[in-house]
Amino acid sequence: MIETLFAPLLQVSTMDLLALEPPGWGGNLLRGLLNSVIIAVGAYGFGLAIGIGGAYGKLYGGPIVRDLLEVYTTIVRAVPELVLILILYFAGTDLINRVLEALGYARIDINGLVAGIWVLAVVQGAYSTEVLRGAILSIPQGQIEAARAYGMAPMLMLRRITLPAMLPFAIPGLANLWLIATKDTALLAIVGFNELTQETRTAAGQTKAYFTFFVAAGVLYLLLTLVSNRIIARIERWSRRGMPAVSGSAR
Amino acid sequence: MSLASAAHPGAGQMAAEAIHVENLHKKFGELHVLKGVSLSARDGDVVAIIGGSGSGKSTLLRCINCLENPTSGIIRVNAEEIRLKADSHGNTVPADRRQIERIRSKLGMVFQNFNLWSHMTLIENVIEVPIHVLGVSRAEAIATAEALLARVGLAEKRDVYPAFLSGGQQQRGAIARALAIQPRVMLFDEPTSALDPELVGEVLKVIADLAREGRTMVLVTHEMKFAREVATHVVFLRNGIVEEEGPPDQLFGAPKTEALRQFIRTVG
Repeated sequence: MIETLFAPLLQVSTMDLLALEPPGWGGNLLRGLLNSVIIAVGAYGFGLAIGIGGAYGKLYGGPIVRDLLEVYTTIVRAVPELVLILILYFAGTDLINRVLEALGYARIDINGLVAGIWVLAVVQGAYSTEVLRGAILSIPQGQIEAARAYGMAPMLMLRRITLPAMLPFAIPGLANLWLIATKDTALLAIVGFNELTQETRTAAGQTKAYFTFFVAAGVLYLLLTLVSNRIIARIERWSRRGMPAVSGSAR
Repeated sequence: MSLASAAHPGAGQMAAEAIHVENLHKKFGELHVLKGVSLSARDGDVVAIIGGSGSGKSTLLRCINCLENPTSGIIRVNAEEIRLKADSHGNTVPADRRQIERIRSKLGMVFQNFNLWSHMTLIENVIEVPIHVLGVSRAEAIATAEALLARVGLAEKRDVYPAFLSGGQQQRGAIARALAIQPRVMLFDEPTSALDPELVGEVLKVIADLAREGRTMVLVTHEMKFAREVATHVVFLRNGIVEEEGPPDQLFGAPKTEALRQFIRTVG
């Protein structure tokens, strides 16, 4: 059993398998990683935009807006992400095509990258709505009141006061969401999108070097997380510039 | 009712009315906090609102710039009446957002808890509204802000974040922020109530200087000695109505109502 698992490793050297140029598969893995990062960045960005709108709607919207957002965040957070991705991807593309056909247009092939970003953004948006809502509620109310008292219009207040003031409260939750976004891209393998996990499966299946490729993929995900942590730490330090250091949390 | 104090310098011809409040009512649910209050401040007036806790004095001040929406009544700032309407829940709210924003940007509000923006340095706090609400150029705003910070004794703290300042320094900074908009009227909501006793003096001194230079101010305060010194007119609020009002010497020297006599004795 063990021998069969490692047999390919013994036959072809690991470095050859991971070489960037074919017949090595390293290039494919890196392209997969790039695709994963693009999807994660896109989904996270759109998710944040949804989250800002969602948090504002939940806090200040009318009863209908609030109810709709509650339905959105509850459903998205209740359904397993894998199921949600299947639903949104297949049902979503099908729906678009049906609408196109009904309107007399030809069916289109939905770009996998766009679909992936859209699907994960819907998921991310639900979580960031709640993270941002909590963060906005954590802002000392007097600071919002001062902005009102000086005649700031709502959008100006959002940009100049609310968002920067809530950032220190939101960063830990948003950092979690980013790391989840990088790993959720792997779920898109199920719909055949060539992100890192899918590329790894292909490479491993072709060469039977499962161990090599999945460890390599694991290392790439780990590197992504480590780099992210460095960047997040800098953003967090910057966002807390106006706050006295809490002993123990100073970096 | 007319409150223009005859004793006020330059009272030969009537100064223009900066704040006019008429028959103001405010209910929080079942709680009737203001029951028909009227108030007026002409240019150069320093109106002190005094009264016990729960008398409605802070609510009255906060209604002037609609931080609290009055239930009914008339509010005029610079002779411009704030248009109010009923919203879908039956609450009274400003009818025109731009009007209320414009009026607010002429009223320099100073809060009990300072409420400086914590993600901005002191000077950023002071230039924020001039640049982004009033459209002043950055260079001009910074020059004004530096002069104002020097005036309140905080020139060397310009790049410090509020959390690293004492309460008294934060409140002086907040006064500089209010002055930076070149307000028509300054509104002070118990500016020294959140301060440690040893820090009260430095803030009162700044406010007294402003009063002396003839700035129009409406001031809610617990500092009776201070109110008597700086105010041109004192309003004693009790249970949501104006129980007594007049020049400070008259109110503090010869109070007419038993309620005011008792109040002065207790806070004395």
